[in-house]
Amino acid sequence: MTIAGSLPSPPTGAEVLSGGPGGRRGRARRMLAPVLSAHGLQRWLLWAGIALVLLFVVLAIFAPLISPYGWNQYCAHLVRGACEGRFTRQGRPSGAHWFGTTVQAEDVLARVIYGARTAMEVVVLAVLFSTCVGIPLGLVSGYFGGTLDRVLVLIMDALFAFPYLLLAIVIAFVLQGGIGGGVLTAAVAIMAVYVPQYFRVVRNSVISVREENYVEAARTLGARPRTILGRYVFVNVIQTVPVVASLNAADAILTLAALSFLGVGVDPTAAAQWGYDVSRALSDAQAGYWWTGLYPGLAIILLVGGLTLLGEGLNDVYNPVLRRRGIRRVVLPARTWDDRAPQ
Amino acid sequence: MSSSTGSLRRYLVTRLALVIPMVLLLLTFVFGLMRVAPGNPIQAALGGHLSPAQLHVRMHAAGYDKPVVVQYGEYLRQVFTGNFGTTITDSRPVSQIITQNGAATLELTVAALFVALLVGVPLGMLAGRMRDSWVDVSARSFGIVVYAAPVFFLGFLARLVFSTYLGWLPSSSQASVLVQADLIPHSNILILDAMIDGKWGDLPDLVRHLTLPAITLGLLLAGVFVRLIRVNVIQTLRADYIEAARARGVRESRVVVRHAFRNALVPVITVVGLQVALLLSGAVLTEATFNWPGIGNELVFYLNSRDYTAVQGIITVFALVVVAVSLLIDIANAWIDPRIRYS
Amino acid sequence: MTTTVEPLLSVCDLRVWYGTSRGPVRAVDGVSVDIAPGEMLGLVGESGCGKSTLGRGILGLLPPGAVMDGEVRYGGNNLLAYTAEEMRQVRGPGIGLIFQEPMTRLNPLMRVSEHFAETLREHEPGMSRGEMAERSLRVLRGMGIPPTRFRSYPHEFSGGMRQRIMIALALVLQPRFLVADEPTTALDVLVEAQILGILADLRRNFDTALLLITHNLAIVAESCDRVAVMYAGKIVEQGAVRDVFTEPRHPYTRELLASTISLSTTRLHYIPGAPPDLVEPPAGCRFHPRCPEAMRVCAHREPAQTSPDLQRRVACWLAARPGELDEDEREPLVQEVIHTADEA
Repeated sequence: MTIAGSLPSPPTGAEVLSGGPGGRRGRARRMLAPVLSAHGLQRWLLWAGIALVLLFVVLAIFAPLISPYGWNQYCAHLVRGACEGRFTRQGRPSGAHWFGTTVQAEDVLARVIYGARTAMEVVVLAVLFSTCVGIPLGLVSGYFGGTLDRVLVLIMDALFAFPYLLLAIVIAFVLQGGIGGGVLTAAVAIMAVYVPQYFRVVRNSVISVREENYVEAARTLGARPRTILGRYVFVNVIQTVPVVASLNAADAILTLAALSFLGVGVDPTAAAQWGYDVSRALSDAQAGYWWTGLYPGLAIILLVGGLTLLGEGLNDVYNPVLRRRGIRRVVLPARTWDDRAPQ
Repeated sequence: MSSSTGSLRRYLVTRLALVIPMVLLLLTFVFGLMRVAPGNPIQAALGGHLSPAQLHVRMHAAGYDKPVVVQYGEYLRQVFTGNFGTTITDSRPVSQIITQNGAATLELTVAALFVALLVGVPLGMLAGRMRDSWVDVSARSFGIVVYAAPVFFLGFLARLVFSTYLGWLPSSSQASVLVQADLIPHSNILILDAMIDGKWGDLPDLVRHLTLPAITLGLLLAGVFVRLIRVNVIQTLRADYIEAARARGVRESRVVVRHAFRNALVPVITVVGLQVALLLSGAVLTEATFNWPGIGNELVFYLNSRDYTAVQGIITVFALVVVAVSLLIDIANAWIDPRIRYS
Repeated sequence: MTTTVEPLLSVCDLRVWYGTSRGPVRAVDGVSVDIAPGEMLGLVGESGCGKSTLGRGILGLLPPGAVMDGEVRYGGNNLLAYTAEEMRQVRGPGIGLIFQEPMTRLNPLMRVSEHFAETLREHEPGMSRGEMAERSLRVLRGMGIPPTRFRSYPHEFSGGMRQRIMIALALVLQPRFLVADEPTTALDVLVEAQILGILADLRRNFDTALLLITHNLAIVAESCDRVAVMYAGKIVEQGAVRDVFTEPRHPYTRELLASTISLSTTRLHYIPGAPPDLVEPPAGCRFHPRCPEAMRVCAHREPAQTSPDLQRRVACWLAARPGELDEDEREPLVQEVIHTADEA
């Protein structure tokens, strides 16, 4: 998607939300102020996003504690390799299986919960990788310009123009042949999609920051490029990252779901995946088994929706271009004699 | 007038010159990716089926025993002569896949684009004009839900509801068997073929098969359009020339339609162009969901049989399509917006 | 009423307040001003004092969240009581507006000819295409834009040309009153002189009244009949240009005149402090914290408008009639030190 491309000028002070540097309390409060002062619908949506994301983080971290069964468990107990109390196949949602069971007699609820774990692992890795690659490249390219910049821009533009899913598919396909299908394979495949986005956003803000008066002043005073990049440019540019990162995380969840739907990336035998479950459920739909596909699908929507609300909420709050600066209704007070300019 | 057509021509020449490195870069990229794969493609695809001697013959025929540079040269030469290789698993020329299955993909994507514009443009305009009203809130929610829902999950729900439960529409393939047999392939776009031969009786069946996939894929794009057009309309309504038009006593309906909507639509043309990547990615998933016999469906098939040549050929074609479309969009833009030619 | 002629437009006690999260901004707070037909009134003041808001308010063009009351009398009616549609019909043929920034005021996707056609069609339905083109071209020629450029796009013109097109676009409807909001600020000096010449001709030839909003006192001195000085949402002094400039009665006017640069300037003069916050304006006279001649009364009571002579109105306690203030109130005010840090 092209979210990154349309991201406007750097919002101020978003780094706190990423647990960024300089967390002294006064500063933190000042930077969080726009979030807390967001009002009405905007505030509500932002908090809904935060709540949804937290929910899935908790599910992912505590999956073994929360989930009633294992993600590939199809028996109540395994006694010396023998299956005891095999679950029914394609069982309707019931007391024992709240979300029903799949065609392989696995518990849908357990697969949804463990699916959150897979999704979180992949996305955290992918976002981490792409920021680690994209941000430095963007900084260097934007600050120094020249041939390096032109070459990098050309490469990134080419990558960016490429259909994002196909790019991920090809890389996942190739890596799967090499290192096998695992979380790392999927994360690297997805990373390749988002590096160009971080590169673009960072490079563009570097270019605009570079022309700012205070950076020019620092350069005139003889500050070295390293100092300027680190102290002035990076601090300003980094503020765009939380917004881009949460929007990209949403997108990455979708990309991962698509990869697993198509059967590339993480092997279905290695981890529970929502996309894979929906693909298996397609044939169930024909027979009217709605639960095998509905719950993993809803999980995707809720997590992606939550991340989107979070990202857009932050964007709205920090980005003054679209923000309505707290317009309040004015009621003109009745004129008093003091107030009135006498004729 | 003559000066502006001259500048348009100059713009086209520069723009065309930029395409060449882009195409080269993409081709190199695809080739490189497919060659970093460890092991060799023939082995991967046919490993279990052939004896070592047979494998060697096949490898020699495909040129995999030559140095990489030679292979690269051959690949480029082949692409420029319109030869994208032959699949390893079923010895089918990739160009044949493109002409046969590409037609189905074209049919699907064009129909989806139509749905997306029909839904997305008016909804986005209304939401931008009536900012913060219930129309805006519902349009934004629509945008978020449609964005957050993977196409294949929307497809799953559509199949479940409209096909299994309601029985209104078919849920897979491009036509029923009888209709398929009745049609003579001219363009491979079945609806067009039916029209060419005047087989109007076949049309309802074709349209019914097209409906669910086109709406599913169309909604995905519609979400992007709604978000984008809404923001554009809001920003355009703040433009100085809007206030100037009001100050001249231009009526509000005209200010909104002629000045705000029209100008807000200009960047949308670019975005439609950028969405080709999204459209193709979505098409791959939609085709897999509805068993639509397009290129995407073939790609999934060859991915699963680990056929490198087929995957490489199909990806190359996708890359070329994206570059071609973005070129066309830029040309259209320069034609519509007179400012672009001069910058 | 100070003018003998019936005013063309009369603003009475107009207030325009914006809502913000901090509270209402009193951008225009009880302004009264009259303009006679064919008269050119200069409205001067520092940036942010509400001059532009006043100009927009007369046309009923306010940003979302703004509220307005008082009276704008034009053609015997109060414009504030007009419906949106009635107001639209006044904009253009009744009252025109020329903007500060000409570069972005034309729709970049519309030819100049289309701008004219649209404007004329809105106000004179039934006019033929030929007639429209002819009338537009006549006005454009008057502004020095050759007919060959009629079908060009806005980006093909320079800033000065665009401003002349904007003026032509206002004039093609032959308005009786024109608000010009810093029409030359964005232009270079030569173009400025040209535009001012055009505006002066306008008044001479069509008897158009003009409200010239500017912060440039030299322009006012050169081309206006009367001047109104605005400070923090209020008009502090108004009168004939010659009188006000030669003998300013309000300390703010005096300070403003002292701050201008001329050939005889030897050192720069500036007014200490910054314009007040219009959310919480100072009590009493709004200028008192910066006023070199402030008295005790100034901090508590707002000065009434007085008319020391026929053409002049001043809102300052210094101009008060002799017995109006007692000894104590006349004592000089002990000023708090103006912290430069507060201005940042």
